[in-house]
Amino acid sequence: MWEYSDKVREHFFNPRNSGPLEEANGIGDVGSIQCGDALRLMLKVNPETEIIEDAHFQTFGCGSAIASSSALTEIIKGMTLDQALEVSNQNIADYLDGLPPEKMHCSVMGREALQAAIANYRGEEWHDDHEEGALICKCFAIDAVMIEDVVNANNLNTVEEVTFYTKAGGGCAACHEGIEEILAKVKASRAGPGEVSPPPVCPATPEAPKPPSKKLSIVEKIKKIEEVLESVRPMLQRDHGDVELADVQGKKIYVHLKGACSGCMMEAATLGGIQQKMIEALGELVQVLPSSHMPVEA
Amino acid sequence: MEPIYLDNNATTRVDPAVVASMLPFFTEHFGNASSIHAFGSEVGKALKKARAQVQALLGAEHDSEIIFTSCGTESDSTAILSALKAQPERNTVITTNVEHPAILTLCDWLEKEGYVVHKLKVDKKGRLDLDEYKSLLHDRVAIVSAMWANNETGTIFPVEEMAALAAEKGIMFHTDAVQAVGKIPIDLKNTRIDMLSLSGHKLHAPKGIGVLYLRRGCRFRPLLRGGHQERGRRAGTENSASIVGLGMACELALANMARENGEVRRLRDKLEQGILAQVTHAFATGDTGNRLPNTSNIAFEYVEGEAILLLLNKMGIACSSGSACTSGSLEPSHVMRAMGIPYTAAHGTIRFSLSVDNTEAEIDRVIAAVPPIIAQLRKLSPYWRDGGPVSAEQAFAPTYA
Repeated sequence: MWEYSDKVREHFFNPRNSGPLEEANGIGDVGSIQCGDALRLMLKVNPETEIIEDAHFQTFGCGSAIASSSALTEIIKGMTLDQALEVSNQNIADYLDGLPPEKMHCSVMGREALQAAIANYRGEEWHDDHEEGALICKCFAIDAVMIEDVVNANNLNTVEEVTFYTKAGGGCAACHEGIEEILAKVKASRAGPGEVSPPPVCPATPEAPKPPSKKLSIVEKIKKIEEVLESVRPMLQRDHGDVELADVQGKKIYVHLKGACSGCMMEAATLGGIQQKMIEALGELVQVLPSSHMPVEA
Repeated sequence: MEPIYLDNNATTRVDPAVVASMLPFFTEHFGNASSIHAFGSEVGKALKKARAQVQALLGAEHDSEIIFTSCGTESDSTAILSALKAQPERNTVITTNVEHPAILTLCDWLEKEGYVVHKLKVDKKGRLDLDEYKSLLHDRVAIVSAMWANNETGTIFPVEEMAALAAEKGIMFHTDAVQAVGKIPIDLKNTRIDMLSLSGHKLHAPKGIGVLYLRRGCRFRPLLRGGHQERGRRAGTENSASIVGLGMACELALANMARENGEVRRLRDKLEQGILAQVTHAFATGDTGNRLPNTSNIAFEYVEGEAILLLLNKMGIACSSGSACTSGSLEPSHVMRAMGIPYTAAHGTIRFSLSVDNTEAEIDRVIAAVPPIIAQLRKLSPYWRDGGPVSAEQAFAPTYA
């Protein structure tokens, strides 16, 4: 069985604000019984203040779907609609002390229901923009449609690239065969009838960057390094991780990987991705290493 | 509160008598059966006895037809790959679309390798169409592999009849019988079944031990090559303690066969009827008139299986579900989909699988526990209102009951 946090269990066993809300004036329905989870979020919004005075839910779904719904109603009660729109699925997951990676879609469903309910209150139409395909990477809950789209959009050719772009395949590696099949399928569709599919280009080895017009000062260099780290932090934080600069020694940049990133199976891939960005930003070949690799002072 | 284990199709408790039979083979009889000295010969004798015990449960004609393997999956792979290797002029495998992943995943891979795989469909009760089956038996078919009993619903396939039909056309027949062995009487010598897989941990033996039954005279190519163990048909030093344990478990299963089909069946029926009498919009799946005596698979509409399992677990009751969420995939069980169980119900299927260890008091507790859990979850469900499904949703036509 899944490793649920105590908070998830608690909200599942004792859901808050469940059942119909008669005086609701904003209702969001998402999911479907076919998918195995469906959520109806009901809001009672004060028309004067736009404050959510009450929120109820009804959910068909697994333990984490029910817990996510319960958490969502607790989070948004008392918020204004604009504040509520800022609530992310990560906020819901955090409120529950995290969800198993395979269950993150439950928190996504919560956020979608919230958007749908607010749109309903405001008399707007809300469009569900994500399509789900067969689950390929179970470690990071990445489905076939997503992988195919990313492969198409970015002209990806290798499993490694897919992992860098989507995270799929970065965990247990059991889905590498499945990713290879998607790559082969996309490749086959790229080559039109009669055409021969082009030999896979392998951009995995970074090309030597052009030398910068002028050498960066150490201050400029560190500034650029910080900028790169800032740009990747939101992505890592979404997965409960973080990164921070530890030291720069010549061509070696040492970083602290924090939170879920430390000891993560994806550590090497994460560092590889950061390194690629550093090389591009600095215009020189550098190495990004975990702070644990820092030479010990004699 | 004493926990209640109703997940015996997943795995079983190792019987204390089985554990006791195994222990000397970790300590005093640690020898290698292949050795010439006394340490080895004791083990050799024990293996011979175990082979005879398995032979008796399966009703095999010769004890040499029993090949010990590491698990059911290994036996399945060995059987199918052997048939393809031994008959290179045949490129087709016939199986069913409700098999265990040990068969289906292998067949999917074989298809990618260029083999032809026919998966027989089942009807709403999980039954095969034997006319379709007959029409597919031709001289390019290397092997038919059909499970004896389904792990999710307990539905029994007419494998003896199917094996006879295959034999008429000179086609090998394999059955994955990991759920059937020990639960229903089997007498292989009076069938045309060529190969059969069984798994120790489904019948109160330990995990990590299985058997491939191979009819004498059936052409064979080993999966593992190396030493001469199992007459060169499965190389690798014998897992002697587990083999001895499996032998003991087979002897016990044979002795318990009447109880399994009497008392266990009665308790299963009581459980199923007790729940269905109290819960509306629920039905038993599979071929309820022709299934294993220990299995009941109930679909509860408008609720999700994992949520049911979590609440049951809180009350100390262990069973399993065909819901998508318990497996980490987005689709409910392939068996439920193959039977055309609507999604409204397929996500809420719960499998109760009993064993001779279960008691009447336990069953009474489960009958009392289930209805309030379903009611509680339906109260939360947007598809349910005031004791019935919301009318906007297509109400489920109970043609599956």
